[in-house]
Order: sequence, then C-alpha cells, then structure tokens
Amino acid sequence: MKKTLLLLAAATALAGISAPASAAGMDKVKACFIYVGPVGDFGWSYQHDQGRLYAEEKLGDKLETAYLESVPEGADSERAIERFARSGCNIIFTTSFGYMDPTNKVAKDFPDVKFEHATGYKTDHPNVATYDSKFFQGRYVIGQIAAKVSEAGMAGYIASFPIPEVVQGINSFMLGAQSINPDFKLKVVWVNTWFDPGKEADAAKALLDQGVDILTQHTDSTAPMQVAAERGAHAFGQASDMIAFGPETQLTSIIDDWGPYYVERISAVLDGTWEQSRTWAGMAEGHVVMAPYTNMPDDVKAMAEETQAKITSGEFHPFTGPIMKQDGSEWLADGVVAEDGELAGLNFYVKGIDDQLPQ
Amino acid sequence: MRIELKKRENMSALFSVLSPFIALGLTLIAGVILFVSLGKDPVSALYSFFIEPLTEVWSLHELAIKAAPLILIAVGLSVCYRSNNWNIGAEGQFIIGAMAGSVLPVVFHGWESPLMLPLMLICAMIGGAAYAAIPAFLKARLNTNEILTSLMLVYVAQLLLDWTVRGPWRNPEGFNFPETRNFADNAILPRIIETGKTHWGFGFALIAALVLWFIMRRTLKGFEISVLGQSARAGRFAGFSDKKMVYFAFLISGALAGLAGISEVSGAIGQLRPVISPGYGFTAIIVAFLGRLNPLGIVAAGLILALTYLGGEAAQISIGITDKVTRLFQGLLLFFVLGCDTLIHYRIRLVFGSAQKGSAT
Repeated sequence: MKKTLLLLAAATALAGISAPASAAGMDKVKACFIYVGPVGDFGWSYQHDQGRLYAEEKLGDKLETAYLESVPEGADSERAIERFARSGCNIIFTTSFGYMDPTNKVAKDFPDVKFEHATGYKTDHPNVATYDSKFFQGRYVIGQIAAKVSEAGMAGYIASFPIPEVVQGINSFMLGAQSINPDFKLKVVWVNTWFDPGKEADAAKALLDQGVDILTQHTDSTAPMQVAAERGAHAFGQASDMIAFGPETQLTSIIDDWGPYYVERISAVLDGTWEQSRTWAGMAEGHVVMAPYTNMPDDVKAMAEETQAKITSGEFHPFTGPIMKQDGSEWLADGVVAEDGELAGLNFYVKGIDDQLPQ
Repeated sequence: MRIELKKRENMSALFSVLSPFIALGLTLIAGVILFVSLGKDPVSALYSFFIEPLTEVWSLHELAIKAAPLILIAVGLSVCYRSNNWNIGAEGQFIIGAMAGSVLPVVFHGWESPLMLPLMLICAMIGGAAYAAIPAFLKARLNTNEILTSLMLVYVAQLLLDWTVRGPWRNPEGFNFPETRNFADNAILPRIIETGKTHWGFGFALIAALVLWFIMRRTLKGFEISVLGQSARAGRFAGFSDKKMVYFAFLISGALAGLAGISEVSGAIGQLRPVISPGYGFTAIIVAFLGRLNPLGIVAAGLILALTYLGGEAAQISIGITDKVTRLFQGLLLFFVLGCDTLIHYRIRLVFGSAQKGSAT
C-alpha cells in the first residue's frame, strides 16, 4: 500500500514535469512492434522489421525500438501488447489483422500510448490509428506482365484468406491481364494461411501441374518462388524482393515498404503532432514499391514501367470502369473509378475468373 | 551396443523430491552458458525469465490466464493417462467445446438472459465430451488405436472451426474478415476479482484439480483408474470394466477440454476466430507429465510452463533475444525435468554384443 502511494506520488511528480513537454513533443521515443510471423520469413513480418530498422537509422538516438515476433493472434497478443504498453513504449505498431480487437482493448486502458494497427478497420479510441497499403496497384502491373510473358495464357494464384485485401489483389491482377489478353485464364488455390512454406509449395506444384507457367502469391514465404525456379516457370515475389530465391525466375515483386510510414508516425510522436488517422497509401506515397523488372523482354519492361508511372501519378486507377462482376452484371460503368470504401469491403470477383470465391 | 532403461527396484525417495530442483539448477546452468555464448548478461536474462513476470500484479493475472486452459485440460488428461487411455486429441475437444459453447452468443446474438453463461458452459462441456466420445467409442467397440483417431480428429475440428468462422458464423458487419461477432456482455466470463483480468477459467481449473485429486486419492473410482491403468486384466478380475473406463476417461477429459475452450473464448478472446488456441491441447500433454499425472502437481506445472511463456516475452523485450532462443530455453527446462525424473526412476544400462545383430553388414 505504502509502495503504491509512493509510486503514485512519483507518477504525479513525473507527470507534472513531463506534461508541458509532451504537448510540445518528446526528446526520445520508444517504438514497439508486434509481428505475427518470424522476422526471418522474408515476407510480411520481415518487411515490417525492415521498416523498423529503417526508422532506427533515420531517427538515430531519438528512437529506441523493441519487437516481439511470432506472436499468436488471440489472448497472447493482448498480453504482448499490454506488456509493451507497460514497459514504456510510446507508440506500438501491431502488424497483423488478428491483433485488431486486442489492440483496441489495450488502447482503452493506456490513453497516453499511441497504437497503430495494420490492415484493420477498428479505431475505437482516439489513440488508435490504422494503416495499410494499396497492394492492388502492384497487382495490376504484374497482371499485365503475366499476360505478356505467359505462353500458356494462364497464371496460378496462391491466395491466403478470402478477405477484401486479397480479393482486391486477385481482381486487380485479372483486370491487368485482361487489358493485354482478354481471354487470359487464372487458377486460384486457397491455402488458408499467411505463412506455411509446405502448404505454399504444394499449392505451387499443383498449379504448375495444371499447366500454368506463371505463379503469383498472396502468402509470405519464398516457397512458391523456389518451386517455380525448380520447374523453370516464372513467378512474382511477394512483400519483399525475392530475387535471391529465383534469379532466373522472378519477374518482379510487390514490395511493402513500411519504413517511410514508420518514420512519419514516430516523428509525429516526437513533435507532439500525432493524431488518429486511417492511412491507405500506395505507389504515390512510396508504400508500394516494385522490385526491378527482370527476366522479361524490353518491351514488356517498358510497358510495366509505363503502367507503374501512370498509377503513381494518379493518371490511372486499376479499378476504372467498365468492369463487370463475375456473374456478368455491371459493377462500374465506363469511366467510373471504385471508391476506397467500396474496395475495403470487396467480396466478389470480376468477370473472367474461373473460381468460386469462398463465402 | 544398445542402451536399456531398467526400472530401479528401490527408488530414492529423497531424490524423487529433489528431482525438480536438480532440474531447475541444471536449467539455470545451461541457461547461463546459453546466454553468455550469445553475448547477453545471464543474470538479467534469467531474471526476466523467472522473476520479472512475478513482480507485477498485472503480470500475475496474465500468468493465471495463460495457465488456466493448460491446467484444465491437463487434469482431464491425467485421468486418461493414468487409466492407460492415450487421448492426444484434447486440442480438438477444446475447439469443439468452444464452438458448442459459442452457439448461443453467436447464433442467438442479442438473447438477454442470465441463463446465457451457464448454458454456454454446459454446452461446451457436452460438446467437448461428445467429441471425445468418438475415439472412445472406436476404441471400446472396434479396438482402434485411440492415439491415431483422437489426433486425427484434431485436424477435423480445426478445419470445422475455420470453415464455420469464414462461412455461416462470420460477422455480418465485419468486412468479410473471418471472425464472429464479439460476444455480448452477458456472454463474457466474469473476472474473479474486479481489479484484475483473471477470469473464472482459472477458478474452474483449480476446482477441477481439487475434485479430481480427491477422486483419484480417496475414492474407489480413483483406485479403479489406477488398477485398470496398470493392468487391465487384474482390473477385470476385480470386477472393473475396462470398456466403461475408456468412456469415463475420455468423457471427463473431453468435458474439461471443452470447458477450457469456452473459458478461453468467452473470458480471454471475446469472439470465435479461425485459430483460438496456440496449441493448448498439445502443451497440456507436457503439463500433465510435468505434474506427474497428479492433479495438484499439474497446477504447479501449468503455472511454471505459463511462466516460461511470459518470461520468454519479457526476455525478448528487455534483453533483445529472439523468439527462437526463448523456445530453446523452454525446451531445455522440459528436457532437464523429464530427464531427471527418468534417471531417478530408471537405471541406464549399456548392453554390449546383444543377441540381435543388425542384418545389414
């Protein structure tokens, strides 16, 4: 009891000193990160960790970081987030969709700590922000490349979970491919995991056995790239540049670059200007980056670069009408661009995809 | 040459008691070597592993929350293993129990009744027990190997949960993300004390441990469990039915695993998700043996294992070691505990020039 009182007194004293300072900013920030996979997955968690290291490099001794890897979604993640909140972190990045409710629950009890949740939609408290990237922009470019490079006129897609982000990717890829070859075929395999090299490799083999000669994935391991390399097919990397795993195989890769966002948000805490926000940024902001275009003819490379430039400048949006839904009904009329809110809940395929969306 | 384990005829009572402490000592020594070779300060590493989680009240609550499902499942498994029924499928019974218990809060969302929570708990226990009854039936009736059937049913349960959460039970307002609605307040398992997070799941675990300890130690049923476990034939002469025991053991452990499932979902998570357990049903097997199949020992073992999880996180943050090292360290602890126990109960003999020569030259 005595100890508690003492602590309370100390806390008030500290608050008294630091309160004016926090309005004007802070001298040093502790930023903490929670990853769903191992930092060595060379995919999603790896890229978030690269972002953390980038922020450390940019902000120098004004920033201290800590991270927890392979934190299971559920009760464990709530404890991990709370531990960070109690251990003096000023801003906590929770980098998987499944951390959404735990993040909001902990945020309620720690109003002075800032919480940033990746890929979710709940911001129940003023100290919670969300962030995500428009990966579908990159998917359109690789769809076009696939249609140019594929001899079979058919690509294989290794998909994780039928959530809007993944459905956006499949649709965008197909729209890109159809812009080159209207009869392009796409085979989709759902593996129901973000990271499982064994399952991803099996899916890759099954797709190649069905005659596709290009693979793309919305999962995090390098296994599909390696299978494609063994079989002499082509593939697109995911999340990070996977060229080391398929020097003759990778056409390009959609890279998640979280570094600039982390620097921006941590700097905002340093300046005392952090505010709740919902960020959904893409190529223009440098959050979605394409790895060098390799293993393809020069004209295909030129086309890809042109599309990338148009998307970056905002001249072109992958979801621009006319677009039909899978059942043939109209989704977007000629010239109409899909709104972000609509894309955020996307749960249907566009015309031409020969797969039943798991519902 | 081969190595033989031979049961010691007179086992040292002293060492039997000391065994866990010797194991702890060896773990500490191995830990020091491990952390020094990684260039970390071993004292602060061991401090964050074993002491830091115990120094704060919130952390003690987290310890109880983490230990609750492990203890609850493991005490049920101890009945199985003592009676020679090898239920490996507690993970599946945990999941099915959680699903059965979630029917009311998910499908009948908005049903305001004080009966909600009691019914959820009962449904979960019935669900878990019914799922455990499948391998029990197959074993009692067809003499199938329960290790295989119960294990395979885990995967069935995992896929069923996955499908249900993505399909029929998906939150209609959840942007197609695979999770159910959040449970309403009357479907949330209350906290034991208002000031901390520990929910009633931990209470259930302690009650279950005490009750089963009493049954095993003080009742005829307990005697029946150990007799049938040691020799089914002797048990039959005593008039015990080994078939009934198969059902008894599986139903008890299934019901407790189901109760653990709904406690975790309703007390800690608040909704169903595609994955609700980081492998509690399998970790509980370790907990059961670490507690020497004694329900009270299991309470201690569950708390110790939970401590290593919390300590592992603390060490990752405070001294910056990776997740892999903390798991390695956990493995070391289990290795020494089981190793010490084995060496105290058994003698190692090297047998040279055995009768069985390898067929290949």
